[in-house]
Amino acid sequence: MSSQDQTAPRASLTSAATPGTEAGKPSLARRILSDGFSSWALALPVTLVLAFFLLAPIALIVVVSFWGSTSFSIYPAFIFDNYEYLLGSQVTYSVFLQTLKFAFLTWAITLVLGFTIAYYLTFHIHSLTWQIVLFLLCTIPFWTSNIIRMISWIPFLGRNGIANQSLMNMGVIDQPLEWLLFSEFSVTLAFVHLYTLFMVVPIFNTMMRIDKSLIAAARDAGANGFQILTNVVIPLCKPGMMIGSIFVVTLVMGDFITVRFMSGSQIANMGRLIQNDISLLAYPGAAATSVVLLITVLIMVAVMLRLVDIRKEL
Amino acid sequence: MDGKRGLSFYILTGVFILFLIFLYGPTITIAILSFQGPEGGLTFPMRGTSLHWFRDLFAEQAVGDIWGSFRRSLALSMMVMVTTIVLSVMGGLAFRRRFAGSTVLFYVIIASLVIPSILVSLGVGLMFNQLGWNINWYTSAFGAQLTWTLPFGLLIMFAVFNRFDRSFEEAARDQGANPWQVFRHIVLPLIAPSLIGVALFGFTLSYDEFARTLLTAGSRNTLPLEIYGMTTNVTTPVIFALGTLTTVFSFCVIGTFIVFALIWQKRQARRVSDAGKGMV
Repeated sequence: MSSQDQTAPRASLTSAATPGTEAGKPSLARRILSDGFSSWALALPVTLVLAFFLLAPIALIVVVSFWGSTSFSIYPAFIFDNYEYLLGSQVTYSVFLQTLKFAFLTWAITLVLGFTIAYYLTFHIHSLTWQIVLFLLCTIPFWTSNIIRMISWIPFLGRNGIANQSLMNMGVIDQPLEWLLFSEFSVTLAFVHLYTLFMVVPIFNTMMRIDKSLIAAARDAGANGFQILTNVVIPLCKPGMMIGSIFVVTLVMGDFITVRFMSGSQIANMGRLIQNDISLLAYPGAAATSVVLLITVLIMVAVMLRLVDIRKEL
Repeated sequence: MDGKRGLSFYILTGVFILFLIFLYGPTITIAILSFQGPEGGLTFPMRGTSLHWFRDLFAEQAVGDIWGSFRRSLALSMMVMVTTIVLSVMGGLAFRRRFAGSTVLFYVIIASLVIPSILVSLGVGLMFNQLGWNINWYTSAFGAQLTWTLPFGLLIMFAVFNRFDRSFEEAARDQGANPWQVFRHIVLPLIAPSLIGVALFGFTLSYDEFARTLLTAGSRNTLPLEIYGMTTNVTTPVIFALGTLTTVFSFCVIGTFIVFALIWQKRQARRVSDAGKGMV
């Protein structure tokens, strides 16, 4: 950015003070002193926190995934038993597929829903105040408890819940639907409920930045509403859609509590495999599953990051 | 998209209203159900209305250590909030210049956002265990939560500083202000409204965090862990009463932050500046 116009005058001062020695380029020490706030010093606390509470723990998980375990303890080793067991079990693959299925379903639904909401706020609400008010209404639940929001579905979806009772009163069904709660349906519903905001916010953010004259130009060139949507709006919103997708996919892939709670412990995903091992104190097994999950998530994110430059979107 | 409101406006308005009902409906439902009579259950019909289940919450006993866990959650959220603000501002200032390792650090920050919470929880728990340290809500859980709140705070600050007009700082520097004075009297007032946003994220994400605290909080629970424990063994509306109370508390906190942000923005609109608009 403007690092040049910041260092340039200082550099000339330096060379004026000590002619000939540091032509143009101030020494590191001098820069730290003259900047007062050195970038390194400023970045140090964040670096330390992330090194100690993110990188070191993840590294430890990788190490422990090669350790051995007995039924009551774990011991350092370099063995592949945990991976052999994990990758040799049919259960792993079906659980892995189930996890991907939830991620895909949630991603597809939240993308369409989030895009629609953002589109409505951007192009149909014309007053900035109302845009902010409605946008806040959409985001406030994000700052409240996920667990409470999950619990809130029980009186709605239960066997004698509001949904079943209304449907029976309307005569649509004769007996309660069993698949409303503790099913793939309820898990997906809860995911959509919890995570649509992660799509709305970044898509709305990019959509608001679209130059309205581009849309006017498209209309002047004879494009109809649908063509404007597919040829102008959607391509320009891709970065927001990508950022939202990264959030939703990683949150669903790494989830264990939503699946556990909303399926009544009847459906498993990768997170629940990990949690089960943890509750059995089988940490090396949990670590091996964690590594597989981590690699999967990082690959997915790497692919999505190729399609968007986050630093440019900030 | 037309100036006049066509059919699509009404359809999308309908979708939007349904979306809001979808978002808030369940929460409102449990708020109503928490006023169940003493005989009432977890679903409709209401059997009378009463404050019975709220009274249950305030009575010691049956429902564990709710108030202790609430106090711990509150203290922890304050710690996380303050730390997140300070470290995010420092990080934001650092990233205004490219420095050796800045790209790596940037991707570590992104990684912090995308690595599943349960892995952080497991990793931090294991690490404390291997080091022979006790896990505690104010040490291990505090650190584990920071890995979730810091990326949000930092990304907000990056966005703010990307839109930051440096001419104010240069003017102050030309008049002889030292770096601290420039920060204290120029930069800080300009970024203050965005800091309210960072504070909101820091506080609420910590207050509601579950997965990252699960294996790092030790024997003394935070409120989300306490509520989670209740879901497995409490089958009365007392859990709805607790849910309603903590949601009301969250709404109050969010409302306070938003009002603060609006006041700041008004004050700033009076002085001519466009800094801080990056974050709503």
